[in-house]
Formats: sequence, C-alpha cells, structure tokens
Amino acid sequence: MRLAERPTGTAAPGTRTGPLLRVQDLSVSFATGSGRLRAVDGVSFDVGAGETVAVLGESGSGKSVTAQTVMGLLPRPAGRIDGGSVSFDGVDLLDRPDSYTRALCGTDIAMIFQDPLSSLNPVFRVGTQIGETLRRRRGVSRRKAREHAIEMMHRVGIPAPEKRVDDYPHQFSGGMRQRVMIAMALSMNPRLVIADEPTTALDVTVQAQIMSLLADLQREEGMALVLITHDLGVVADVADRAILMYAGRVVETGPIREVYDHGAHPYSVGLMGSLPTGDQDRLTPITGAPPDLRQLPTGCSFHPRCAFATDRCRTEEPVLRPAPDRPQAHLTACHHAEEVLADGIR
Amino acid sequence: MVAYIVRRLLFAAFVMWGAVTIVFIVLRMVPGDPALVMLGPDASPDEIAALRESLGLTEPIPQQYLHYLASSVRLDFGDSIRLGGDAMGHVLERMPMTIQLSVAALMFAVVFGIGFGIVAALRVNTWADRVITVTSLVTHSLPSFWVGLVLILMLARGLQLLPSGGAGSFAHLLLPAFALALPFTAMVMRLTRSGLLEVINEGYIATARSKGLSERVVIFPHAIRNALIPIVTVVGLYFGAILGGTVVIETVFAWPGVGRLIVDSIGFRDYGVVQSGILVIAAIFVMINLIVDILYGYLDPRVRLAR
Amino acid sequence: MTGGTELIETVAAPMADAVPERVRRGRGWGPRIWIPLVVVAFYVLAAIFGPMIVTFDPVATDTANRLLPPLSHRDDGSLVLFGTDQVGQDLLAQTMQGARVSMLVGVATLLLAGFIGVVVGVVSGYFGRWADAVLMRVADIQLTFPGILLAILIAAVIGQSVLNVVLILAISGWVTFARVTRGQVLATKNREYVDATRTLGASNWHIIRTCILPACTAPILVIATLDIGSVILAEAALSFLGLGTPASTPSWGVTIANGRNLLSSAWWVSTIPGICLAILVVSFGILGDALRDRFDPKMKGI
Repeated sequence: MRLAERPTGTAAPGTRTGPLLRVQDLSVSFATGSGRLRAVDGVSFDVGAGETVAVLGESGSGKSVTAQTVMGLLPRPAGRIDGGSVSFDGVDLLDRPDSYTRALCGTDIAMIFQDPLSSLNPVFRVGTQIGETLRRRRGVSRRKAREHAIEMMHRVGIPAPEKRVDDYPHQFSGGMRQRVMIAMALSMNPRLVIADEPTTALDVTVQAQIMSLLADLQREEGMALVLITHDLGVVADVADRAILMYAGRVVETGPIREVYDHGAHPYSVGLMGSLPTGDQDRLTPITGAPPDLRQLPTGCSFHPRCAFATDRCRTEEPVLRPAPDRPQAHLTACHHAEEVLADGIR
Repeated sequence: MVAYIVRRLLFAAFVMWGAVTIVFIVLRMVPGDPALVMLGPDASPDEIAALRESLGLTEPIPQQYLHYLASSVRLDFGDSIRLGGDAMGHVLERMPMTIQLSVAALMFAVVFGIGFGIVAALRVNTWADRVITVTSLVTHSLPSFWVGLVLILMLARGLQLLPSGGAGSFAHLLLPAFALALPFTAMVMRLTRSGLLEVINEGYIATARSKGLSERVVIFPHAIRNALIPIVTVVGLYFGAILGGTVVIETVFAWPGVGRLIVDSIGFRDYGVVQSGILVIAAIFVMINLIVDILYGYLDPRVRLAR
Repeated sequence: MTGGTELIETVAAPMADAVPERVRRGRGWGPRIWIPLVVVAFYVLAAIFGPMIVTFDPVATDTANRLLPPLSHRDDGSLVLFGTDQVGQDLLAQTMQGARVSMLVGVATLLLAGFIGVVVGVVSGYFGRWADAVLMRVADIQLTFPGILLAILIAAVIGQSVLNVVLILAISGWVTFARVTRGQVLATKNREYVDATRTLGASNWHIIRTCILPACTAPILVIATLDIGSVILAEAALSFLGLGTPASTPSWGVTIANGRNLLSSAWWVSTIPGICLAILVVSFGILGDALRDRFDPKMKGI
C-alpha cells in the first residue's frame, strides 16, 4: 500500500523551488541550574529534496538540539529558540503554531531515534505502533493498519513479519528494534527523515546493516535523509554532504568526499584523524575535552584544543568562508584554513 | 499467560494457608485458658470443659493445627457465643455491606486520585498543581476516624445534609466512603502525578510526538498506559488497607458491616466471629491481589512473558 | 567527559523541564525539612515538659467545670485553653499527656520494628538461601494481611496495655524495614570494598558491622520517618476502638473516642486532639518525603 496523498496545506513535492529544509541562523538556548547556555548558535544549512546530509559532531555540539527544534520536540520551557528560522518546503515552521509542525511530523518529516528500546513504547505491539500514524492520521481501520505494518516490516527486512507484527518491542533484538523504528518512521512516506545517531546504540556488526538499509530505502523512496552522528565512518559512504558542528556552530560544510579528503578545519581533520585510515601517521585523535557550553572560550571555540591556534583565534570569532582553492560548496570557519589544507596534503 | 495465572493461583493458595496459620498461632497466644477467658469467671467447670472439648483444646498442638486447617477449608469456625448460630454465617451475612463500602471508597480513591494526578502532572509547577499536591499531603495524613467524626459534626449534625450513621440509602454511604477513601485518594494522586511526570520524559513519548500524534493521544494512551502499571499494583495493596480501615470507619458511622461485627465481638471474646471475619477479609484481599497480578500481566507484557 | 558535556547531554535529552525542580530541591536544608522539624521539636518539648507544668490526673473529676468550651475560665478564674471534658478534665493536660503516650509508642514501636526488620533483612540478604526464602515468604504472607486487622486480632487476644500496643504495632510493621534492609544488603554485599574486606579474612559479623550496616542507615532512617506517622495513626485507631492504650494512660485516640458521644454538645473534646494528631502526622509526612527525596530519589514507590 503506497500513500500518495498529502495533508492539505502542504504542497506536493517539487512544486516549490528551493531546498526542502532550510535552517537559517538558528539559535537555541537552555535554562539550567547555573544560568542559560547556548546549545545552538547561529546555525544555517539546507537540505535538498532527496539529498542525504550528514551532521557530524561530538556530543554537546548542538546537532541533536537542532534536530529537536526542527521536529518541534524541544523540551519546554527549559529550551528556547532565540532566533533564526526553520523552513520546510518554503514555510517557516517557527512562525506557525506548534500544531502545524506536529501535523507535518510523521507524514512529511519523520524521525529515527538513537535507542530503539527506549524509543518504542514497551506496552504496545510493534504492529500497533507502526500502523498507528496511519490509523490516527488517516482514520484507517485497525485491520488495514496492521496489514500496512506487516508490509512495512517486510520492507525493512524483518523476517516473518506476519508472525512478529503482534510481538512487543522487548521481544526483538537491538537491530530488529531499530528496523521497527525505521518502518515506523517511513510508514507514511515522509519527504524528510531525520535519523539521530541511528546506529550508536547497536552492535558494530549490526551498524553497517542498518546504515545500508537506510541508504537503500533512501534510494528507493527518494526522500531526503539527515544523518546525525559523531561517527564519520558510519556515514562516509552514504551521505552526499557533511555538516560539521562544534560547540553549537557549523565549522565546516561541503560534499562529503571533499570534506573527508581535504578537511579545511582542524576539528574536521581531527574527526577524520580518529578514523583508522591505514596510514598510521595520521591517526591523531582530537586532544582535550569538549567545551563547557556555559563558559565558551573567546574567539574560536575550538582554539584550546587546536594545534594551529594563534592569538587571532583567541580573540576573533571565525565565520564560514569558502575553503581556499577548493570547490565553491566547501565552506570552513577557520582563520588558518590554508595551513590546515596544506598540512593535510603533506 | 496460562502458566503465569497458575503461578499466581498457587501463590494465592499459599498465602491463604499462611493467613490461617497466623490466626491459629495468634489465638494460641491467649494468656491462660481460652475457654475460661471466653466464658468468663462465672462459667461452671462443666461448661468450660464442654467448650474446651468443642474448641479442640484437649488435643496436642499439632493435631489442633490439623483440625484447624480442616475446619478452615470447611469455613467452620464454630458458633458465635454472643449471637448464637454459625459464626461464619454472621460474617458472610454482613459481608455485602463491607464490600459495598470498600468498593465505593476504592472507586472514589481511584477516580479522583488518578484524575487529580493527571491534572497535577499536566499542569506541573502551576498553582493548580500546588493546590492539589498540598491538599493531598494533608489528607494523606489525616486519621480517617477523626475525619469521620468531623464530617458527622459538620455535615450531619451541623448542616443536617446527610445521615450521621447507619445504612440503607446512597446518602448513608457517602460520608463513610469519603472518610475511608480520603488518604488513599491522596496516595493514588501522588503516585499518578509522579508516574506520569516520569513517563513523559521517556523516549517513546518523544517518538509518539515525532509521529505527529496529537498531545491527547500522546498522553492517552501512550503515557497513561505506562504510568498506570505501578498504580495497579499499589491499588491492590490499598484495597487491603481500605478493607482494614472499614473496621474503624464502620464503628464511627455505625455501618452494619463485618468490621463493626469484629470490634463488637472482641468485647464479648467471641473468637469464632473474630477469626471468621478476619479470615474472610484476608481471603478477599488475597483474591483482589490475584486479580491485580493478572491485570498487571495484561498491562505490562514484559511481566506476562517473563520466564 | 567534563561536567559541561554531561550537562548539555542531560539538557538536550527531553527531560529539561525536570531541571528547575531538581535545582529547587537542591542539597540544602530547605523549608520542607526545617519547618516540619520545628513542629516535631515543639511536640517533643510539649510531650516532655507539658505534663510537668499542667499535671494530668486520670481519675480526677471536677464536675463544676465540666464541658467548658475552649478559651473559657473555670469558676476559680483559671483559663482552660482547650476546654474541659464531661468530667471536668482539662483537655490541654490531656492532649499533652496524649502527645507523650502517642510519641512514646511511635518511637518504641519503630525501634522494635526496626530491630526485627534489620535482623531479618540482614540474615535474609546476607546469608540468603533457605533463610531468605522462608523469611521473605513470611513477609509476603504478612503483607497480604491488612496490618490493622492483624493488630486488632492480637490486641483482642493479649489485651490492653501500652507495652502490648508497641508489640502489636511492631509485629505488623517490621516487614518494610526487612525488605529495605534486604535490598540494601543485596546491593552492597558484592561491592569491591566488601570483597576486599572478605579476602583479608574478616568474619561475617565484622563485614556486616563495618560494611553492610552503615550502607543501610540512610534508607532505614527515611523509612522510619515515613513510618512513624502511620504508626501513630495506627495507635490512635486502635485506641479509638478501645484496643489500644488503657484509659489510665490515655492517648489521643482514647480522648477522641471519649468525645465521640459528646459531638453535638461539646465538639472540642474530639476535634482538638484530632487536630493535634493531624498536625504531627502531616509534619512527619512532609519530613519523610523531603528526606527521601534528598537521600534517595529512587525510593519513590515505598
């Protein structure tokens, strides 16, 4: 059963020009016991229809908060949007009431969470949970919703879905649970899927399977896919573009091979360096600890951990600019991009 | 599921055996000669000897115990020395009144406890939440027999709105049920509130929202179903406590149930009625717990399918 | 990972609305602890010194001054703050005497129940096997018995005295202590430092005394604070039914029962001791809750 119809009020795919998702200058802060902290600070990026984008960064870099903001899942009242816009299909979601975003969720935008065990309701059958969106949003009968759930389970590669549709989440293995989660997210044919660390909670052997399943489904469905992860290795072969975040800001962005091979920000180079490349000399993990968001360093937030840091980095905050002598789409926020690139070639 | 129910049934039988044994042991704790205590100092030696015989006190303890178990199975605890006739008969005759009162109190506690709990959780840290929380803190600690007296004083004697005691109409039921239910309402409310607040932070609630479900669907059934699991167990325990509480409340409101019968019988050392009453209440409690266990298995598939 | 990242992880997880509450509860001795403590201290002082100042004589009668309402004066001009009962007894004296009896019974019961419970819990948790199985099944059986019924049964059999009330309530109250202690023992006994002590050749008794029991102190104190209110309530209920303390040492329950027949003529006889009882129990309730939140938020269900 394929669902072609769209909720009223949203345009059919492709009728508008411009990117599917456009995040512009987004800033989000949180109230904590010791004052407000800025979790996302002036972040901008686009995701085109059918594109796969990887958002990379350590924990605390703001990537998950960005996703929560897009989905309207920001915890209130602690979380607050301080500025910027999130446009889906040309409509600014932050301008509209929460109910507008909620109506897009599940049907046009779907999310896959990190831990499939805690993200699935333990007291409902998986079939009920997969078919629920269809049943509640389209008024489809229980029986039809169950059939749809079986079909979705089949598509995400769960063996014997007719038998397993009435099982509960705790009866599945981690990898199978994440497949259930994916089936649930894709059940309404969304145009954008945000996967927040979809493989982090899984066994290493299962991670690759889930990632290739996502890639296959993305190709078949033509949906846009945002992969949020701290692990570049997981997404390198899947994503078209990479967005690197550090301390709530975008520090580098560009086509994934470009960023991978010609990192123009020391943080990205460090992240790549954490990957075993076969070339032992380059395996240099990033030193130091992620920053304390309540007390960010002045200038470039990365400077305390950076080998290239100069006095300029300690005082002047770098802005995104084209990476020198690289393709136009490659942007970096580093004062010393030239040296970083030169160092990479050597 | 069948294996689970069988396990619970066996456990219930075991507990019932334990309850009978406890009653047996306690009754053997009577200082002096039970027959003498029961009949009082004016009884003739022949009467005492006859009662000793009928109580089985002439036998050695293990044999007494076996006979006691046997008569428990037959629900035969001898005659009532105060009212005459079968002791268990008197208890069973009064039982519907006690059940009526306890069920009314339990329903009140569950409906208002869960209701106010949900309101408080959904409006957490607002004035509505604070009023509900503080009220529950106070009502939780009020002695129910004193609440009963104050209710009688104000609503029955003062405003003459409701009858102060006795039974027979719905109006008679209101005050005792309310007094009985009050502390349990507070406990159910607090449990619902904290349970819901905990559940609302779970990952699957974020998932439900990300599926675009309305907030109403996110709360009912996604959050509530999970928050109810601990409440169901506790409600079973509360029912036992409510049954125990009827003893006091029935005395306050002159409600003609088993509790009052037990208290009245104690004054006359009518142990046949006392033990019948206590064992019947214990049996009901065990049955309720059995139902709760089964309901728990239904609500939480992780329990039902374990082992 | 530094505190900063942990913080943002907690915040970014969808539980941030719990943050203000956690901060408000804080570490300090907030009003939720010191206000009830002050109330309880006041009661303790009244219970100790009250009866010395306003003496209570259970057999004294003063028929000329019977059923005086609160704040009125005796014929000799002395003020009766709480009024008098049907034999002219001063209710203030009676209430303070009641505080003494009720709190004494409460504390003694908890000590006894706590002692039984800790012994059972340690034996059950530390030595395990059949002792654990038997003791915990006994606890299960007792939990299925509504506590007040067991108390009534025992009271009916062994008769009225302050000591009996303590015995009765302790017998119905040890299970909570046993369960909590057992849980704590199970959580502690295989910790590294306990194993280390064991490998040094320490005796079981030494390990229990130096490693296990200290770990049980905080939860037991919390349980005791939470329980003392219900023990005092149970004592009052028993006494109200005429199965608790004898009339010669009247507790609040006895006085409330006494005023029951005077409801339409002298409301204060039942009402005032009831209010005193309620305030004390509410204070213990708030204190217990606050201590539990402070020491162990995981104990919510108990």
